[in-house]
Amino acid sequence: MSSETGPDENVSDENLPKEQGPAHGEVARKDDPFADPGLPPHEHRIQDVDEQAAKRSERTVAFIFTLSMLATIGFIASFVAFPIDKIIYVWPLGHIGALNLALGLTLGVALFCIGAGAVHWARTLMSDEEMVDERHAITAEPEVREKVISDFKQGAKESALGRRKLIRNTMFGAVALVPLSGVVLLRDLGPLPEDKLRHTAWKKGKLLVNENTNQPLRPEDIAVGSLTFARPEGLEHHDEDFQTEIAKAALMIVRLEPGDIKDKRELDWSHEGIVAFSKICTHVGCPVSLYEQQTHHVLCPCHQSTFDLADGARVLFGPAGHPLPQLNISVNKDGYLEAQGDFDEPVGPAFWERG
Amino acid sequence: MSTATEARGSAAAEGKKKAPAGERVADWADGRLGIYSLAKANMRKIFPDHWSFMLGEVALYSFIIIILTGVYLTLFFHPSMNEVEYHGAYTPMHGIQMSEAYASTLDISFDVRGGLLVRQIHHWAALIFLAAMFVHMMRVFFTGAFRKPREVNWVFGFLLFVLGMFTGFTGYSLPDDLLSGTGVRFMEGAILSVPIVGTYLSMFLFGGEFPGDDFVARFYSIHILLLPGIMLGLLVAHLILVFYHKHTQFAGAGRKNTNVVGMPLLPVYMAKAGGFFFLVFGVIAAISAMFTINPIWALGPYRPDQVSTNAQPDWYMGFSEGLIRVMPGWEINLWGHTLVLGVFIPLVIFPLVLVAIALYPFIESWVTKDKREHHIADRPRNAPTRTAFGAAWIAWYFVLLVGGGNDLWATHFNLSINAITWFVRVAFFVAPVVVFVITRRVCMGLQRKDREKVLHGRETGTIKRLPHGEFVEVHEPLSQEQLHTLTAHEQYRPVEVGAATDENGVRRKVSRGQKLRSRLSKGYFGESGQIPKPTQEEYREIESSHGHH
Repeated sequence: MSSETGPDENVSDENLPKEQGPAHGEVARKDDPFADPGLPPHEHRIQDVDEQAAKRSERTVAFIFTLSMLATIGFIASFVAFPIDKIIYVWPLGHIGALNLALGLTLGVALFCIGAGAVHWARTLMSDEEMVDERHAITAEPEVREKVISDFKQGAKESALGRRKLIRNTMFGAVALVPLSGVVLLRDLGPLPEDKLRHTAWKKGKLLVNENTNQPLRPEDIAVGSLTFARPEGLEHHDEDFQTEIAKAALMIVRLEPGDIKDKRELDWSHEGIVAFSKICTHVGCPVSLYEQQTHHVLCPCHQSTFDLADGARVLFGPAGHPLPQLNISVNKDGYLEAQGDFDEPVGPAFWERG
Repeated sequence: MSTATEARGSAAAEGKKKAPAGERVADWADGRLGIYSLAKANMRKIFPDHWSFMLGEVALYSFIIIILTGVYLTLFFHPSMNEVEYHGAYTPMHGIQMSEAYASTLDISFDVRGGLLVRQIHHWAALIFLAAMFVHMMRVFFTGAFRKPREVNWVFGFLLFVLGMFTGFTGYSLPDDLLSGTGVRFMEGAILSVPIVGTYLSMFLFGGEFPGDDFVARFYSIHILLLPGIMLGLLVAHLILVFYHKHTQFAGAGRKNTNVVGMPLLPVYMAKAGGFFFLVFGVIAAISAMFTINPIWALGPYRPDQVSTNAQPDWYMGFSEGLIRVMPGWEINLWGHTLVLGVFIPLVIFPLVLVAIALYPFIESWVTKDKREHHIADRPRNAPTRTAFGAAWIAWYFVLLVGGGNDLWATHFNLSINAITWFVRVAFFVAPVVVFVITRRVCMGLQRKDREKVLHGRETGTIKRLPHGEFVEVHEPLSQEQLHTLTAHEQYRPVEVGAATDENGVRRKVSRGQKLRSRLSKGYFGESGQIPKPTQEEYREIESSHGHH
C-alpha cells in the first residue's frame, strides 16, 4: 500500500477543491456574487442601549440566584425534617419516598438556578459582540522541523545506540522480558479450569430437595404440569460455596405424561413421567424458568432460548446451541426421588474443552 | 537580582500603591507556575456558538457529576461478597442471605439520608454520559469535524465512549443484585465461548468458578480506579486538544478556515459553560428525585439459579445484547473440542460495530488524499456519502438495540418474539444498505434545493399575476451572506486512475489500492455522489435573464 503514504501520481492538487479559506474570505473580489461579505455589523440588544432594561435583567439574575439560595436552605431543612422511611403520594409519580423527592428537587432547583442565572447574565448583560481569533497552523514551520530533526539525530548519535549494537540488543531483550514478571504475577488470580466445569454437586443417591420447602421430594409431590426447582441434598444456603455450587447444580423438575415423552433416553432417565433437567441455560447460563405446561416448552427469559422438555430438551428456538442436560433420577426405597449420578455432560454454557 | 527585588519592593513601599490583592496572588502564582503566558493564550479564547456544540459539554459535565457522586458512594459501599443476613431498614428483606455488596447498597438506599438520591444521580448521570457521548460523536461525525487536524482527538473521544461503556457495566454489576448478577453471568458465558483460552480467562477473572467470592471486589477496583483513571487522562488530553486546535465553526459571513468567530472564554463562556454545568447537574438531580432508576431492592440479591423477566442491560450495552439474542445457536464439535460460534461470533462483532465508526475518518482521508487542515464544519448534506455511512451505522446500531429488547417489543406491541428475532437477523444486513441509499438521496435532494435557492432565490409564497394573465411565484433573491453560506462548501473532483498505458505505450502500473480509491472517489464525488454547486457564471446568466421580472 505504498499509495497510502508515498506520493501518488493519480491524486494531484487538481482533485482537491481549488480554493480554500482565503479565496472565500477575501471581500475584495466585488465581482464574485458569492464572496464573503464579512462579519455583519453588531446589533445592539435592548440591554445595551436601555439602562432600565439592563437593570431589569440584573434584578432577574439576582432573583434566580436568590431562588438557588432558598432551595439550598430547603435542602437542609428537608434533610432534617423528613424521616427517611416516609412514603408520600405525588401525582403523577405515585408513591415515592418523601426525603428523596424533597432532597432531589431542592438540590435540583439550587443547582439549576445557578446555571440559569449565569446563562441569563451572559446572554443579556455580557457583551455579545462577536470577536475574531486567527488560527495558527498546527504543523510546525520548516525551520522548526529541521531543528527538531537534527537535534534528534544529534541526540541519537551521541547515545551511540545505532553503533553499539550489543547494548541496543541486550537492552531490548531486557525491556521485552521484564513485563513477563507482571504476567506471571497474574497467575494466581484463579485456579486452572481442569475438569471443574464437568462436575456438579449431584452424586448417586443424592436426594432431590425442593428449593422452596427445603424438603426432599417424593414423586407424589409433583403434579402434572407443575414446575419444581430442586437442589442436591446437603447443599445449604449458608454454605460458603453455595452460590458457586447452585450455579451448576440447579435443577428443574416437571411431570409429563410418560406417553408424551418422545426421546427414548429421556424416558429411561425419568420416573413415572417425572424428568429432571439442568436449570442453567446452555447458551450463556441464565436460569431457564418460564414453563408452558401445554406444550412442555421452557423458555429462558434472558435470551429467549426455547427447549422442548418432552423431547430431550431439544432447542426449538433462540441462540442456545445444545439441549439442557438431563439428570438420571429414580426413587429410593423410602419413596424419595434420588439422583442416579452426576450429569453426564457439563451444564451451562458451552466452552472449548466441552467436546 | 537582589537589588532589583529591593528596588521594586522599595518602590512599592514608597508609592504606597500596592497592587490589588488578587494581582499579587496572581504574581505569586506566575512566578512559580507561569500562569500569565497560559492565560494570555486562553483567557480570552474565542469559542464559536452553535447548539450542537453543547452536546460534548453535557458529556463532560455528567462525567464530573459521576465522579463527585461516585466518591460519595465509596464512603458507604462495601465491595465484598461475604454472605450476610440482612437486618437493615428495608423490612421485606429481613433475614435474607445476601452479599455485603448488596446489603450495603440497601443501606445506602434506605439507611443513609440522601444516599438513595446520590445513587440515583450517579446512575442517571452515567446513562446520560453515554448518551451525550454518543450524540456528541455523531455531531462530530456528521459535520466532518474529525478531519485533519482532529483525527487523534476523534480517537480519544472514541476510546472515552468505549471505556465509558465498560465502566458503566462494571459499575452496575457492583450491587450484586439479581439483574446485575445475570448480566455478569452473561459475560462469563461469553468469555467461556472464546476458543482455547475461554475457561482460563473465566477462572482467572472470577478467581475460580462463577460466581465465586471475588468478582465484586475486582470489578470495584476496575470501576473506581483503573477505568476512570484512564478516562480522566483521555478527557484532559481531549480538552487540551480542543483548546489547541480551536473549535470548528460553520461557514458564514466572516467565518473562514483561518479564523474562529465567536465569544471570549472570559466572561461569556465562563458564565455560559460554567452555568451549563449547573443546569445539567440540576436537571439530573431533579430526574433522580422523581424517577427511580435501578431499584435493586425490588430485584433481590443475586442467586445464580434465579432470574427475573425483562432482564435488560443498561441502554449502551443493548446492542451487544441484540447481537447475542439474534445469533443462531451454532456449535461445532470437532476432535473433542467445541467451537461455540453462537456466542463467539457476537463477541467478535461487538467490537467491530464500534471500530467501524472509529475507522471511518481514516478511510475518508485515504479516499480524498486531502492533507489540508479543516476548521469549517460541513453541513451533513454537503457530504452525502459520509452522512449516508453515518446514518447506516446508526441504523445498524439501533437494529441491534431492537434485538436487545426483543422481549420488550414482543410484550409491548403483542408481536411474536420469533418474528422480531428474524426481523433483526435480516435487518442486520439489509437496514444499513437501505438507510445508506435513502440518506444519500435525501442529501442530494437537499443539495439540489440549495442550488435552486442560490440561483433562483427564496420562494416567498407570494403569487403575482402578470399583465398578460400569467401567474408566477415571486422569488426573493438571497442576501450576499446567504449566498456565501450556501456556496462556501468545497467540492472534490473524483480521482481518475488514468490511461492504462503511458504516452510511450508502456503499460502503467496501477496498484489495486489506487483502483479501489478511484472507484470510491467516483462514488463519493462523481455525478451520483454530489450536485455541483452553482458557479458565478450560472448565477449571473440567470440574473441577467430574470433581471426584468
